[in-house]
Amino acid sequence: MYRIIFNRPIAERVKHMKVVAPFIARKRKPGNFIILIPDEKGERIPLTIVDSDPHQGTIDLIYQEVGTSTFKLGLKKEGDYLYRIVGPLGKPTHIEKFGTVVAIGGGVGIAPLYPIARGMKEAGNRIVTILGARKKDLIILEKEMADISDDLRVWTDDGSYGKKGLVTHGLQELIDEGLKIDMVLAIGPAIMMKFVAKMAAEHGLPIIVSLNPIMVDGTGMCGACRVVVGGEIKFACVDGPEFDGHQVDFENLILRLKAYRKYEVESLERFASFYPEVKTYLQGGVR
Amino acid sequence: MTKQPARFPEELKKKLRERFNEDWRKELRRKISVKERLAIDRVPMPENEPMERIRGFFEVNKGYTPEMAMEEARRCLDCANPTCVLGCPVSIDIPTFVKLIEKGDFIGAVKIIKETNSLPAVCGRVCPQEDQCEGNCAYVKMGKKPVAIGNLERFVADYERAAGEVEIPQIKVQKGKKVGVIGAGPAGLTAAGELAKMGYDVTIFEALHEPGGVLIYGIPEFRLPKAILKEELEYLKKMGVKIITDFVVGKTATIEDLKKEGYEAFFIGSGAGAPWFLGLPGEELNGVYSANEYLTRVNLMRAFEFPEYDTPIPRGKRVAVIGAGNTAMDAVRTAKRLGAEHAMIVYRRSRAEMPARIEEIKHAEEEGIEFIFLTNPKRFVGDENGWVKQMECVKMQLGEPDASGRRRPIPIPGSEFLMDVDIVIIAIGTKPNPLIPQTTPGLELAKWGEIKVDWETMETSIPGVFAGGDIVRGGATVILAMGDGRKAAYQIDKYLSEKKD
Repeated sequence: MYRIIFNRPIAERVKHMKVVAPFIARKRKPGNFIILIPDEKGERIPLTIVDSDPHQGTIDLIYQEVGTSTFKLGLKKEGDYLYRIVGPLGKPTHIEKFGTVVAIGGGVGIAPLYPIARGMKEAGNRIVTILGARKKDLIILEKEMADISDDLRVWTDDGSYGKKGLVTHGLQELIDEGLKIDMVLAIGPAIMMKFVAKMAAEHGLPIIVSLNPIMVDGTGMCGACRVVVGGEIKFACVDGPEFDGHQVDFENLILRLKAYRKYEVESLERFASFYPEVKTYLQGGVR
Repeated sequence: MTKQPARFPEELKKKLRERFNEDWRKELRRKISVKERLAIDRVPMPENEPMERIRGFFEVNKGYTPEMAMEEARRCLDCANPTCVLGCPVSIDIPTFVKLIEKGDFIGAVKIIKETNSLPAVCGRVCPQEDQCEGNCAYVKMGKKPVAIGNLERFVADYERAAGEVEIPQIKVQKGKKVGVIGAGPAGLTAAGELAKMGYDVTIFEALHEPGGVLIYGIPEFRLPKAILKEELEYLKKMGVKIITDFVVGKTATIEDLKKEGYEAFFIGSGAGAPWFLGLPGEELNGVYSANEYLTRVNLMRAFEFPEYDTPIPRGKRVAVIGAGNTAMDAVRTAKRLGAEHAMIVYRRSRAEMPARIEEIKHAEEEGIEFIFLTNPKRFVGDENGWVKQMECVKMQLGEPDASGRRRPIPIPGSEFLMDVDIVIIAIGTKPNPLIPQTTPGLELAKWGEIKVDWETMETSIPGVFAGGDIVRGGATVILAMGDGRKAAYQIDKYLSEKKD
């Protein structure tokens, strides 16, 4: 069992959980993820390891409450346990000194971006960061990202913080300023990555994206997480989760992410019926 | 893949001969004449009614009663040259256990099986007996139905469990040496059991959250109840075997890391867990599954109890399963139980070439599974939500025999047609899981990523690291995996005994 050190909100519906997992803490590298099961009846869900402390034997996870599994995580308290965690899984990020790396994170995608950008910084890259979200309350890890960035710019859809616009506007701004970009890193909603990749292609910029398909085992056994990359089927769990953004079929990824929408709604409604606080939230109240 | 030698090893021959000549055996042979024995019909396995069983996941076979088992055992002629034993990958002393059943000594019978097979309740249910022991039975040569060796094996294992008389082997000497077993499937569990009996300190590392490998994620409840597997696992634990789940060797720790923790030898039984896809257009659509994913969701994650359990599975109305092996039968019968109106096997060859166990095909037919032979998919067509709605197929005809000895299926030009489907399950086989080969430098691999071993010793290219089951065979059976695990355990003992500290 994996004891929870803390589980606290860092943005609207977004929480940071620190949990004891000593083997994983020792082995993880930037880009790795874990699969966890919240409780005995839970499903297996992947989450990127945001940070770890090999001495304390802990790992840090950041998640957004969107469905039954993440709401289950959200209800866990300090001293509670997670039923299962396995990892570190996936290929670690290929880190090298590219020169100037533009790190683009959208919403909760900033969480998986952070360890990779930090790894890139430690390898001697200049990091120019673009953080984007719908509104101010959804920007996470701004301080942590600022600490490893040579330049950091925030964009919000509604202009409630930073500049008003999308992360693609942010990338366009850097291109317009004449910044020499050697690598683009983009992690966020599939639709965001799709448009960043499109813009990168238009300007001949190399781009790495980290994909978040639905997974089951996470060890290459089931193929639930298959994605089309360069016209071929790849398993995000063992071949990824990072891929060349120019090669990814994002339309297919977006459709596959919606495969269980109906069931997700049914499951969450049932779950909410047991937990008034979740119900209140789903009805538009604040938690 | 190497074949089992078709001759008796001297040691086994001696054991069989000695037991054959024991007084009680002679007496039993005298008691009933061969003619009388030949006149007995094979005792059919009692089964739950098809229409009842497709409404749930309970086991199809109900098992023999003691009377039925003794009646069936009486059919066995107790041949002087028991060819059935040659058909068994773990060389169970079949005539002795069958004759003990005839005598009514069921516990004695199960002890004989357990000399060489630590999971009889599993093997009695999932072995392809018609290709092994029963296929070699003297009755077959006479054109009669073979002795129901599998049913008898299952009976005594279940009898022992029900009687609460499962005996834990006495472990004579603790060797004080740690052995790591990678993968808690049939190969790993068998190796672990044998090593524990010899006195080794055995730890199994399992990637999933439940041990059992294919026995837990792949084979459904209606064919192998999970309670039986749980009992077998308890038996291993009582022998001192430790099982660590959620531990991916190669990721959580490498073999090199474990060596530093004091493990002196390893057995890799990580299985052929990576599914083959067809490489056809539209395979990325929603509703197209690998059999591994479909069965894992239902069996391991209990999606059939959604929303009580969180993992969902869509309940298709028209489900097409591509392939005709045991996994295909498991998948199609699962789909039927999840409410499919049309649960279909789509197979490019004909009925005669289906690789599944005869019993699985029989059960599938009884349950209303539709078989579409000589048909192969060409592409999958999706709806506006990216969900599969049709499958374009082509009709096939059989040509000359191919490398497998079966007649090669050839597409008939112009015979393409569209079939409506809402779930497609690809069950055309699996390849070795790449995680350990990728993370273990120095491990030599074969064509599809199978780990290369010396077939005499099951040792890999790394000294002290042994392997068996589907990770070396690339996709075989539970019993062959168990045979490898057992063989490797003896070689590990030899290796560690000879190794200088």
